Amino acid sequence: MQGNEAVAYGALDAGVNFFAGYPITPSTEVAEILSVELPKRGGVFVQMEDEIASICAITGASLAGAKSLTATSGPGFSLMQEGIGFAKITETPCVVVNVQRMGPSTGMPTSPAQGDIMQAKWGSHGDSPSIVLYPDSVKESYELTIRAVNLAEKYRTCVILLLDEVIGHMREAVRLPDMANVRVINRIKPTVPPHWYKHYDENQKYLSPLASYGEGYRFHVTGLTHDSHGFPTNKSSEASEMMERLRKKIDYNIRDLVQIESHQMEDAKIAIFTAGITARAAKAAIAMARAEGIKVGLLRPLTIWPFPDDAVRKMLRNVETVIVPELNQGQLIHEIQRLTKDKSDGNLIPIQRVNGQLITPNDILRKIKEVS
Amino acid sequence: MAKSYEIRLSGSGGQGLILAGIILARAAVIEKRRVTQTQSYGPESRGGYSRADVIISDEEIYFPEATNFNCLLALTQEACDVYLYDLRDSGILIIDTTFVKNLALAAENTYELPFTEIAQEKLGSPITTNILSLAFMTQITGIVKPESLKQSIAESVKPAFVELNHKAMELGFELAKKYKK
Repeated sequence: MQGNEAVAYGALDAGVNFFAGYPITPSTEVAEILSVELPKRGGVFVQMEDEIASICAITGASLAGAKSLTATSGPGFSLMQEGIGFAKITETPCVVVNVQRMGPSTGMPTSPAQGDIMQAKWGSHGDSPSIVLYPDSVKESYELTIRAVNLAEKYRTCVILLLDEVIGHMREAVRLPDMANVRVINRIKPTVPPHWYKHYDENQKYLSPLASYGEGYRFHVTGLTHDSHGFPTNKSSEASEMMERLRKKIDYNIRDLVQIESHQMEDAKIAIFTAGITARAAKAAIAMARAEGIKVGLLRPLTIWPFPDDAVRKMLRNVETVIVPELNQGQLIHEIQRLTKDKSDGNLIPIQRVNGQLITPNDILRKIKEVS
Repeated sequence: MAKSYEIRLSGSGGQGLILAGIILARAAVIEKRRVTQTQSYGPESRGGYSRADVIISDEEIYFPEATNFNCLLALTQEACDVYLYDLRDSGILIIDTTFVKNLALAAENTYELPFTEIAQEKLGSPITTNILSLAFMTQITGIVKPESLKQSIAESVKPAFVELNHKAMELGFELAKKYKK
């Protein structure tokens, strides 16, 4: 099964029943499979005129009660940014899958890159905390698609799933779990009578119930800064209340959101920090280096946003050197730098490549040997 | 058999190399082995470069791209020139002499056959070159069993083309038995 296939079946198993998108390499298989499978299961597949319409369609469908998802790549992801901001400020659950390719612009459609890591967080204007997941295998693509849909529903936001081109197109043998073992989360529904309903209600965890259009609940949806009923406001107190809610629902739930893999870190003197396909190269390099007695391990974020600050701080305390390989001109490394106040720059080693080729195990092994 | 076996199938777009890679990977899955299959190709559907990598192993495969091949199949001169140097010392090189005229490096285990010409002559079309050369390769390397390949082909191509591809496969096996060193 291909990574993109795993995303499509993960979406179906998570209960996605609405897809709107515009096909683009290297994400097309997601749309292709859902165009066949969704109608069979009573779902809706719409091929839109472009990516702006696609993100708007999935946001609208979600407000009408659907679980919705779209899939795209760099150029489409750029077009979707305004819509992603709208989904976030209106707290509408939806998932955007971005199978990354070389950029900027149309770049190299069939070549891998990890250039959208920062865009996934900062792509839309204004402060808007993000949830972004990043798998490194076909199996994990399935699992994290389900998780992305679940987190979107739970946190009422637009969750982004970043794939590498190589992960999207790679085939691996995968056994999908029994549906009975798949944990599916659905949005919280209001229990109050319609006239008491607030579209943006406060509670301890900053997660508010969500009514759907057509259920008798009245609410207003706007991209303007709004009050708890959804109506535009210019009051600074209401503006800060809304902005704080958006921030706190991520910040207060870091433990639920952050997932990391710690690979052979127990005795490591050198740590590698990277995500996606580059982490696979790192694991191969670690096996080679360990065969030569070099103590090296890997810390891999499955959730890249919110960033796993605590795990990275712990890693920085325990190792002498951190190597950050990534298929871009330096994105993840800035986050490590942000957390390395008391370390000299010499301890943080980048490996960066943006020519459409992967960073190989040998590239990383060479660097490990240089610093060990 | 080696714990991990890296194969690169290379040539140009339209030669069916990615399908050959999928078929080989599926044959390995049938044998319950661990496998990854990746590919790299240009934006055009015909012409340009194309390659498919298959790694078959009994252990977890970390990096899914072939970097140091146990076997390289090259169906074009360009592919042969570019990838030849990443073949292991003891690796097996299989080239299609219909298009590969010039061998820059003498590999220890080289098999040179005009696969495209043979496909045209014996099967009536060059379209089965991928399966013909894949079957030849699997027989030479012994990386998957003939019956697994047969089953994989049947599961991977449209029903109307199974017979033709099985014919190409049998021809590939025969040639391998004839030429195996």
